[in-house]
Amino acid sequence: MLTVEAGTRVGALELDVALEVPPGQCLALAGPSGAGKTSVLKVAAGLLRPARGLVQANGATWLDTARGIDVPAERRRCGYVFQDYALFPHLSACQNVAYPLRELPRRERRDRALELLGRFGLAEKADARPHTLSGGERQRVALARALARKPEVLLLDEPLSALDARTRAGAARELAGVLRDSESPALLVTHDFAEAAQLGDRVGVIDAGRVVQEGTPSELAAAPRSAFVADFTGAVVLTGTARGGPQGLTKVELDGGGVVTSTDAGDGPVAVSVYPWEIGIEPAGEAPHGSAQNRVTAEVLSRTTVGNRVRVSLAGPQPIAAEITLDSAERLGLRAGAMVTASWKATATRLVAI
Amino acid sequence: MRRFALLLALSLAVTLTFLTLPIVAIFLDSSPAELVRSLGEPGALDALWLSLRTTAISIAIILLVGTPAAYLLATRSFRGRALIVTLIELPLVLPPAVAGIALLAAVGPSGILGGSVESAGIQLTFATAGVVVALTFVASPFYIRQAIAAFASVDRVLLDASRTLGASESRGFLRVMIPVALPGLAAGTALAVGRALGEFGATLMFAGSFEGITQTVPLAIYDRFSTEFDAALALSAVLVAVSAAILLSVKLVQGGRALSGWQVE
Repeated sequence: MLTVEAGTRVGALELDVALEVPPGQCLALAGPSGAGKTSVLKVAAGLLRPARGLVQANGATWLDTARGIDVPAERRRCGYVFQDYALFPHLSACQNVAYPLRELPRRERRDRALELLGRFGLAEKADARPHTLSGGERQRVALARALARKPEVLLLDEPLSALDARTRAGAARELAGVLRDSESPALLVTHDFAEAAQLGDRVGVIDAGRVVQEGTPSELAAAPRSAFVADFTGAVVLTGTARGGPQGLTKVELDGGGVVTSTDAGDGPVAVSVYPWEIGIEPAGEAPHGSAQNRVTAEVLSRTTVGNRVRVSLAGPQPIAAEITLDSAERLGLRAGAMVTASWKATATRLVAI
Repeated sequence: MRRFALLLALSLAVTLTFLTLPIVAIFLDSSPAELVRSLGEPGALDALWLSLRTTAISIAIILLVGTPAAYLLATRSFRGRALIVTLIELPLVLPPAVAGIALLAAVGPSGILGGSVESAGIQLTFATAGVVVALTFVASPFYIRQAIAAFASVDRVLLDASRTLGASESRGFLRVMIPVALPGLAAGTALAVGRALGEFGATLMFAGSFEGITQTVPLAIYDRFSTEFDAALALSAVLVAVSAAILLSVKLVQGGRALSGWQVE
């Protein structure tokens, strides 16, 4: 179990968090840059001393400002993977991994480092200097180095963000495997919700130094408690004014024009959120079909193909993004400038008071 | 456009000629055989040996004390840090004669600390130890300044990484900071060696010029140039060769690092 509580000022940011990670689990802290994610890791590792804080790992207290306890960073058993990996440039991959193994005799140190590198498929790169390695290889050396001391806690700072898109998928799978096998609690930070959802058992969305919502990835996506969380999880967010309607339905007058209906309750100013894949597209002016109650006329700004899906960016009274299949996009002959109707169900429409 | 390129080339040619001609002249003014013979004269080799010895000792002191001090200044921010750095750099711009007077005023026989130095049984004026003090005083800022820059340019996250891997700060300093900052530290050492080997004014005023005791190569050159010009030339040639060797070795060290690439990281 890892407990991190911290209240402190970091530059202009007021950090105030309290987190718990059970053994073998990974909590992914996701939020925009400057939200204080890295500061949380630094407090856990002992690289940043908060004004008020508590850090406990598997029963041992590493920091308790109330009792004046502050174990120095070098005596906290943390496996810390830094954002740009922070590999020692003057040491080979093997020497990097062997760096923390000071307690072992010299011979065993190299053997153990080689064994770890082998586990990450890097046995042949043991004598290579970091600058000759690819981004993915560096990331694996950093992981091997962080695991070398059998850490009680794993701390990962944007472990995938320095990788190109092609390497990232493989590295993410590998990292997910490491996290699954690890019995230590892990704290991972990322600015990408999808990455957090993939690697974290639970996700905490952090904004301006506070965890605004914590839950499983699907809980967050299905029931965002604020517009920020909804936006961050990738939903389309529209603003408007809600008033109760018949049969428990809520009507929302959108800012800039248009009315949508939601099965959520709401009154007054609200943020309406809907996921892009819930939004369908048909040519403007066609008679409505299907059960979608919400219809907004908009102009196609651009279309981007992502695998077998197409993300369509729409300029209505407020910007909307829809995700449809490549087939439908071809069938509709979507082009920039075309007028279309975006439609979605009232049941897929979340309301949050703002 | 063409004319401008010509102007650039011309200014380079003038600069190069002006800077290299005097140095080349040292070797051309008398025959190589003459140079070698002059070196054999009594006193010449003594001066050379004294210069190398005092320079080596003062560089050792500078490295041992200056490296941790530079590391502290590069990695901590505190009130008065800028003032301390300025004070350390002050001897850089001090005229050597002023440095000599300053040392006399501080630790000379009638200086403010002269009594305690004497009662400790240490003689500095007219003694080889005094040469070491003078060299250390004028050469250390060259090293420390460069060392601060070298440490400051190392990414601090490496030190953080070292700590999370179980290494105390002192181990991180020895195993990570010094090796990564090495090219910069080597350049600073070379500057300090060059300054120490060439030191003249402060040594003359503080330690005097006694053959075999305080007469380093620059003092010996000054001592001989009116009476035995060939001997002065020979010693000058040796200093040129030593200085060039230092410069070249630093370029090689740094070039080698650049080629192996890790400082670009």
